Amino acid sequence: MSYLEEGYTLRSWLTTHDHKRIAILYAIAITAFFFVGGAAATMIRLELATPQADLVQADTYNKLFTIHGVIMVWFFLIPSIPATLGNFLMPLMIGARDLAFPRLNLASWYIYVLGGLFTVATLIAGGVDTGWTFYTPYSTMFSNTNVILAAAGVFITGFSSILTGLNFIVTVHKMRAPGMTWFRLPLFVWAHYATSVILVLATPVLAMTLVLIAAERLLHVGVFDPALGGDPLLFQHLFWFYSHPAVYIMVLPAMGVASEIITCFARKRVFGYRFMAYAILGIATIGFLVWGHHMFVSGQSMYAGMVFSVLSFMVAVPSAIKVFNWTATLYKGSITFSAPMLYALGFVGLFMIGGMTGLILATLALDVHLTDTYFVVAHFHYIMVGGSVMAYLGGIHYWWPKATGRMYPEMWGRVAAIVIFVGFNLTFFPQYLLGYYGMPRRYHVYPPEFTVLNVLSSAGASILAIGYLLPIGYLAWSLFRGKKAGANPWDARGLEWTTPSPPPKDNFAVAPTVTEEPYAYSPERDAEMAGGRIAQP
Amino acid sequence: MSVAHRIAEQFETREQQREADSLGTWVFLATELMFFGPLFLAYFYGRTHYGEGFAVASGRTHVWLGTANTALLLTSSLTMALAVRASWIGRRGVTLLLALTAALGVAFLAVKGIEYRKEWDEALVPPFRFVFAGEHARAVEVFYWLYFLITGLHALHLTIGIGLVLWLALRARRGDFGPHYHAPVEMTGLYWHFVDVLWIFLYPLIYLLERWR
Repeated sequence: MSYLEEGYTLRSWLTTHDHKRIAILYAIAITAFFFVGGAAATMIRLELATPQADLVQADTYNKLFTIHGVIMVWFFLIPSIPATLGNFLMPLMIGARDLAFPRLNLASWYIYVLGGLFTVATLIAGGVDTGWTFYTPYSTMFSNTNVILAAAGVFITGFSSILTGLNFIVTVHKMRAPGMTWFRLPLFVWAHYATSVILVLATPVLAMTLVLIAAERLLHVGVFDPALGGDPLLFQHLFWFYSHPAVYIMVLPAMGVASEIITCFARKRVFGYRFMAYAILGIATIGFLVWGHHMFVSGQSMYAGMVFSVLSFMVAVPSAIKVFNWTATLYKGSITFSAPMLYALGFVGLFMIGGMTGLILATLALDVHLTDTYFVVAHFHYIMVGGSVMAYLGGIHYWWPKATGRMYPEMWGRVAAIVIFVGFNLTFFPQYLLGYYGMPRRYHVYPPEFTVLNVLSSAGASILAIGYLLPIGYLAWSLFRGKKAGANPWDARGLEWTTPSPPPKDNFAVAPTVTEEPYAYSPERDAEMAGGRIAQP
Repeated sequence: MSVAHRIAEQFETREQQREADSLGTWVFLATELMFFGPLFLAYFYGRTHYGEGFAVASGRTHVWLGTANTALLLTSSLTMALAVRASWIGRRGVTLLLALTAALGVAFLAVKGIEYRKEWDEALVPPFRFVFAGEHARAVEVFYWLYFLITGLHALHLTIGIGLVLWLALRARRGDFGPHYHAPVEMTGLYWHFVDVLWIFLYPLIYLLERWR
């Protein structure tokens, strides 16, 4: 009996302790928020299709990009891969029956929903206009919008992140099956382990910073506003101490997903497995020490700026190791361009462009020209959307048969992957040029000479929107009409593929014993296996 | 066998469960530490910006009450540690030691209350009742704002700790704990020591700044 058949009532879902069901609950909730955030983005791109203000005025525009940022960062990207794919797969991949603390896992979902309700309340109450960064003193003294309500939503959701992170750390340390040594862990698990460390150590800093903002706004006493004896730089340091590592919360799990997919569809073991694991830890560690590169022009010490610049260049080293190793994994592989593989390859390419432009921004002198322009917007969308969302969708397709027991329609999967890739590049590549030519971010109007590039970007956004809507349609269809998947439709390695699809509630009938490396792909073994269960798409 | 003695279904062995609970507590304490981080950073910002002003403000604190509280809390950590050990080796007296720990915690809160009351009378409670003339007014206001925020949060953590310890005392009286099962006592002990150690750092920062100079 699969985990889906353990009960059909709403109550059986809302009171479940099963990590797989909680993953589904999370997937539904974050998908809803993705489309709310996406609606705000649609309005933004519509407004920017012409140089003058025609759809919305400045105030509304400010609220649009703020709610877009708040929802996409905290209610979609941060929980996206960890809380859905991570929740579903971590116990399966290490050979455990569940996470270490199943009740805490359910609690984290309820906390997420509560935070989400605050955010919805913010929207209904009229929105918030500070930008997702809540910069002081604007947020504490001048904004006339619902700052406290929005901050409360983010504050609450932070605790769901912390609980997920705590759960994953303990699970990886204490729940591994016999024989599952640290260097037999799939890179997906390594990535989530590093992500969890960031979640647990960085999120509370944001939480307390938001408390200080709310108190300063409410009581007119505090440490951020110069008029009250405070310093806005203190806020920026605290905010980016969380929010820069937050980028790694979004992209490390994406790297984990890409590693699993690329190795499977190249039919080759991951090149330099140990270096991949060390690179993940390296990124998580150095990622904690680069936050000052968001503040090069803020008035922080020049020497601090130099140190942060050097450290930002250093974080590119482990990132580059990963890109090289993915490429080397493909070399002489037997590659299938299935839908998950298209997403994963798209991830690698877009992550590389996003990463390289990140180096441009990490260069002090160039950043003076590019700071607060569309170049920055394009850069982080390449990482967060081109990188994380591509990988998330790749993972959803790759493990869809495992989670649902059904195959998605392969042709539609590929079409959507290509539409998203094209739409994404058309949306965001022109923004690099816009930024380079000097168009500042966060304005609803712009000089007419920027029109062509903005129209291209808005046109790309409409293609991207279609690309994101497609999977909703065909994945929903496949739930009822998709071909039955079988335990291991990709002939993939990894413990999760040894369970039936969908897996039973306790995952494994007998606790598995692990005897080999995680990526024992080889042409010889494929040849042996040929003659039956390989369903090459 | 009561419910507490059973192994949760996701674990293979009791040892595995105990280790997971313990590691989970440590990770939680790491989160807690980072949660207080911004307040410490804000304090160091204030101290470097308003060296003189922070010293003046620190001079207005009630150092003897703070010292008495330090003694109370350190003693409570001792009784807590003894309670953990007693439950570990199955000695009697766990209930008494836990009750003593909670009582010392309550005493700390009472002293803190007296201190807050005095500060209210001296009009040192920004933003509700704050009067301070002179060139250091702004610095003193920032100092006392942080003081109330940090000690208030600390008191909140202590209150939660007292609740946990009292609940453990009730369970101990029922005979729940022994050499085979004492994880809740151990975990609450870790939390209690964390709240204590936090105070050890707050004590010199708040009370001894001026005296040290």
